[in-house]
Amino acid sequence: MAETASLSAAALQVAVEQRFSAGFAIDARLAVDLRPGSMLVLFGPSGAGKTTILRQIAGLERPDAGVIRFDGSVWCDIAQGVWSPPQARRIGLVFQDPTLFPHLTVRQNIVYGVKTTPGVRSRSDPAPGDRVRPGSDPDQVLAETAKLLGIEDLANRYPRALSGGEGQRVALARALAPDPRLLLLDEPFASLDAPTRVRLRRDVRALLQTTGTPAILVTHDRTEALALGDTVAVVIGGRVRQVGPVSDVFSHPADAAIAASLGIEAVLPARVAGSADGMIDVAVGEVRLHVAEREPIATGAAVYACVRAEDVTLETLSPGHASARNHLPARVVSIASEGPIDRVTLDCGFALDALITRRSREELNLTPGTQVLAAIKATSIHLVPRF
Amino acid sequence: MDWTAIWLSIRLASATTLVLLALGIPLAYWIVFSPRRWKFLVEAIVALPLVLPPTVLGFYVLVAIGPLSPVGRAYARFVGHGLPFTFEGLLIASVLYSMPFAVQPFAVEFASVDRRLLEASWSLGVSRLATFRRVVIPLSVRGLVTGVVLSFAHTLGEFGVVLMVGGNLPGVTRTVSISIYDAVQSLDYAAASRTSLLLLIVSFLILASTYSLQRSTWLRPRH
Repeated sequence: MAETASLSAAALQVAVEQRFSAGFAIDARLAVDLRPGSMLVLFGPSGAGKTTILRQIAGLERPDAGVIRFDGSVWCDIAQGVWSPPQARRIGLVFQDPTLFPHLTVRQNIVYGVKTTPGVRSRSDPAPGDRVRPGSDPDQVLAETAKLLGIEDLANRYPRALSGGEGQRVALARALAPDPRLLLLDEPFASLDAPTRVRLRRDVRALLQTTGTPAILVTHDRTEALALGDTVAVVIGGRVRQVGPVSDVFSHPADAAIAASLGIEAVLPARVAGSADGMIDVAVGEVRLHVAEREPIATGAAVYACVRAEDVTLETLSPGHASARNHLPARVVSIASEGPIDRVTLDCGFALDALITRRSREELNLTPGTQVLAAIKATSIHLVPRF
Repeated sequence: MDWTAIWLSIRLASATTLVLLALGIPLAYWIVFSPRRWKFLVEAIVALPLVLPPTVLGFYVLVAIGPLSPVGRAYARFVGHGLPFTFEGLLIASVLYSMPFAVQPFAVEFASVDRRLLEASWSLGVSRLATFRRVVIPLSVRGLVTGVVLSFAHTLGEFGVVLMVGGNLPGVTRTVSISIYDAVQSLDYAAASRTSLLLLIVSFLILASTYSLQRSTWLRPRH
């Protein structure tokens, strides 16, 4: 039952070490299940080793020691002398720049990796929601992949006649055309202008869900990690420091170094409930938040509502205020001292941190269990749409 | 004009170029893509004819293919005659002498192909050899043309090596440059001048057409 296997989660296990002459070393450990169409984000500052880890997974870089396993295949086991070259791994790879073959047309680029087996068509009658499984007929593969990416009209052009965004779409089509088991994306949106980047992000998300291909994305862009990631692995100094669902990791960084690289903010999964007069109402669980957001977002869209702890103020609970906008009745869960500032962790239907001075903590007479009002200005909340 | 010598030179230059195309591409590929640390030694050996006096190279080739060397003896046993003072002997010497003029332009062009294009190809399941054929070679047309033209022109003009290995047999080893030398020795300046002018014009035309080809767009698909 190969079909069933491919629809269940594929386990990725990485435990690699690699030393570089400059003294930098990779020592990365990571084990995640990649559901079909889901995305793992390798997030971290520049020079943290994210790209090297991705290249090791691709088979372009050989670690000094360690293992890489994916979905039942051993790609690398240095101790056992096992090493499969990139050709044998059935991966798709997209770089920061399109890196298309300049002497080939868009059509020839896309079908470059498609093995031709004359007369074999593996997908004659796809059911709705079926995984796209391009056959070995290059014309059919080209038509399907180009349509998914909206690049049908470019087929006869040469790469030098493409814009950056078009080039990246062709590069994606080329990587997906041979039906890879895993798509590897190395900052593919970084060199695009903002509107193109947003469009392509959304399309990539939709594309992966159509094809069911799991993907790993390397990025140092926080918005990108939030918008596209299902699981995030934080890479700092060559090590994987924290792995988990995106909103968990961003809201609850395990230590200060991770928090510093992620940006200290609560990331709340939310849904747009409506909008009026340039204000957007979002529902975080049972709680409604009122957000001033420049970009309109469609009602019903999934978003992350991001709130910085220093933008949360606390007031004593009084009945009149509880109905005011963005005033949330909350219970103090814990208080931690950070120098002259106290970090107050609240439960207001979801977990939220507030930073307050020790003096206001004393004035409010806060202890764990105290009921308070947490107030957030509408302009302090920003929304990241989920694709 | 010594048409026999001109025709011989053209045959020798064409044969040398073909052999260098067949040998030079894999050699340049190995030099560029091999991870071996000692490959600089091979590069140095390939480049030797650039600095070595042609007589020195010719002398060693003569000894190496002569009746006293195992190679020369084996050849003589199979073919029935020795290599020195034959077209084949001349060909071997010319190939060695023009080697850097083919291998170096090939290698420079192979090395200038963006490595990520190769990685993209490998990740698409295409073997290293097929990647070389489908990506590196088409993107190296300029370097290949340059190497071919330079080895042809260089062989056309060689003198010292031919003299050492081939001698001066009309129709067999007497090339254009030797014919000019002979004409001058016998004070036939008119003949020497005609052949020299022809060689000058041909060489100039070959080089001019190469440089013009390198400017044209079909040879440089990269941006």
